[in-house]
Amino acid sequence: MPTLTYRDALNQALREEMQRDPDVFLMGEEVGVYQGAYKVSRGLLDEFGPMRVVDTPITELGFAGVGVGAAMVGLRPVIEFMTWNFALLAIDQLVNSAAKMRYMSGGQIGVPAVFRGPGGSALQLGAQHSQAFESWYAHIPGLKVVMPATPADAKGLLKSAIRDDDPVVFIEGEMLYNLKGEVPEGEHVIPLGKADVKRPGKDVTIVCHSKTVAVALKAAEQLAADGVDAEVIDLRTIRPLDQEAVLGSVVRTHRCVVAEEGWPFAGVGAQVADTIQREAFDELDAPVLRVTGADVPMPYNKQLEKAAKVDPARVIAAVDSVLYRD
Amino acid sequence: MAESTVARTRAKRRGIDPARADEYRGWLRQMILIRRFEEKAGEAYSLGKIGGFCHLYIGQEAVAVGSLATLGPDDYITCSYREHGHALARGIPTRAVMAELFGKAAGCSAGKGGSMHLFDASLGFLGGHAIVGGHIPLSTGMAFAAKYRNTNQVAVCYFGEAAVNNGAFHEALNMAALWKLPAVYICENNRYGMGTALERASAIYDISERACSYDMANEVVDGQDVLVMHAAMDRAVQRARNDKHPTLLEVRTYRFMGHSMSDPIHGHYRTREEVEDQRKRDPIAVWSQRLIAEGLLDEPGLKALNKEVVDEVEDAYQFAEQAPDPAPEELYTHVYAGSSPADPAGPSRPA
Repeated sequence: MPTLTYRDALNQALREEMQRDPDVFLMGEEVGVYQGAYKVSRGLLDEFGPMRVVDTPITELGFAGVGVGAAMVGLRPVIEFMTWNFALLAIDQLVNSAAKMRYMSGGQIGVPAVFRGPGGSALQLGAQHSQAFESWYAHIPGLKVVMPATPADAKGLLKSAIRDDDPVVFIEGEMLYNLKGEVPEGEHVIPLGKADVKRPGKDVTIVCHSKTVAVALKAAEQLAADGVDAEVIDLRTIRPLDQEAVLGSVVRTHRCVVAEEGWPFAGVGAQVADTIQREAFDELDAPVLRVTGADVPMPYNKQLEKAAKVDPARVIAAVDSVLYRD
Repeated sequence: MAESTVARTRAKRRGIDPARADEYRGWLRQMILIRRFEEKAGEAYSLGKIGGFCHLYIGQEAVAVGSLATLGPDDYITCSYREHGHALARGIPTRAVMAELFGKAAGCSAGKGGSMHLFDASLGFLGGHAIVGGHIPLSTGMAFAAKYRNTNQVAVCYFGEAAVNNGAFHEALNMAALWKLPAVYICENNRYGMGTALERASAIYDISERACSYDMANEVVDGQDVLVMHAAMDRAVQRARNDKHPTLLEVRTYRFMGHSMSDPIHGHYRTREEVEDQRKRDPIAVWSQRLIAEGLLDEPGLKALNKEVVDEVEDAYQFAEQAPDPAPEELYTHVYAGSSPADPAGPSRPA
């Protein structure tokens, strides 16, 4: 199986879907001539031309709305946000238009659009460029929220997102674009709403997604050296949440830590913890603990930034706590 | 603030073509239908049969009727929350519109949209939208789709004059002009964004001038004259269909009622005298008198037309009142395609 970067896996998914379906087009800032701010769209303009790889002005609200409108009449737009930070300008279109169109039209009009781009923090980009917004979008009925952690998942999930008949918020990890991994060639499709066991284990469940998958796997490796067998569950799709996968694991391990990049208040982990206490309270041998980004705007200073982020040591500390080893 | 003296195309009053008498009478019928429908809706709202907000269109009927009469069956239409008139003029059955206001399953949006969210996909009527200006980019997207597919369709977007001050309007019109999309933007300038007069919200008085920022064709149109409205729209639609150029139409009109059923006809923001003065140019009176003067309609004919429409509205009212509510399980349908979602915070699933 070929080894690809996360970036090239996304590129492959876009190319294959655009070849497969003439209704699929890509639109956003710098996606064409510039070849993509993060080079996800490299080569697509040459192959598909400017009608299907559309450079836009810097108008997130406007071009997100253009995408929704085109989807309302049956096209399948992939709308690239240079980052999800800028997509805040377009949130009205995602929440008030895309998410609700099917419902408020009584089922007549769907919005088969994908909104994608990098989310989360990178390195020292400051408060306005370092934000994880998945819990915002996951809050909205009508949207689906997908966050791949590996190159293979990036390809398989993006292909599914493009084929999905509902609006999909597809958040890529800004720090993951250079991540390499084996990616199946051709038709590789991963269903939305299915979590993945990235590492099986029996002592504790670590629920994570996107960038924190690598953090959790690193923590699990160190825990294994210490005799603790951690199971790492990658949610892959935040909404719909794969409750069965999470609960199934907790029923086996009886302990759970949720790790996420976002802020703690009303975060994804809060939803996971609620699900577990509601559905598997009797299975728990310890409270569900959450490891999150610090509840502050991201600082620029390197040391402060490091302290604000989830790292393996903090995940291990939480695991120690639910195992009563601290 | 003085009205601009910048020269630009203005719709000229056109002569009547007797060969089109049936069509003209059809416009009048639609305008009267909208008026009687709105009066009935206002009454039903007062009786608590219609919930939420209810924004009446009374006074602006010639805009929807004159403009929609130029469109083909495949064209796309989007509107703001004041869209009962457009829905009726596009041909959504009167019963289905009234039933939607009543929130009934037989409503054109299955009772899930209400007054501000009327839809009929089969007629290309892609919604009333209730965030000011938010639907203008959607319409641009529909025009983009027409260009993408190389069809002959036109996307038409109706909004109020208050929308032109927000970003969605600028972003959408800029892209439409940049990409030469088959779009027509119809600003129904009724002078008031809720209770704020145009000159208290807009740095320039002539909204049509906004089009100059995008080098876009534009016209100021008398929205109280259905024939003028039709002619201006016809030019805009041809420009979109044949030349692939968008147009901004600033239509000068007036709403005789308040912003919604919750505010009076006049009050803090406008005077009784102003409303009475505007009522002298009631578009229905203007058009019926014109048809009578031209010998294309007589008083008994007008009466008969009115009676027919009153009966149609009464039938819709009775239908809506007697129609069933949506079934309880409809709460969870139409959130996503296919099967209904589980409530993420719902009661425990069976073991």
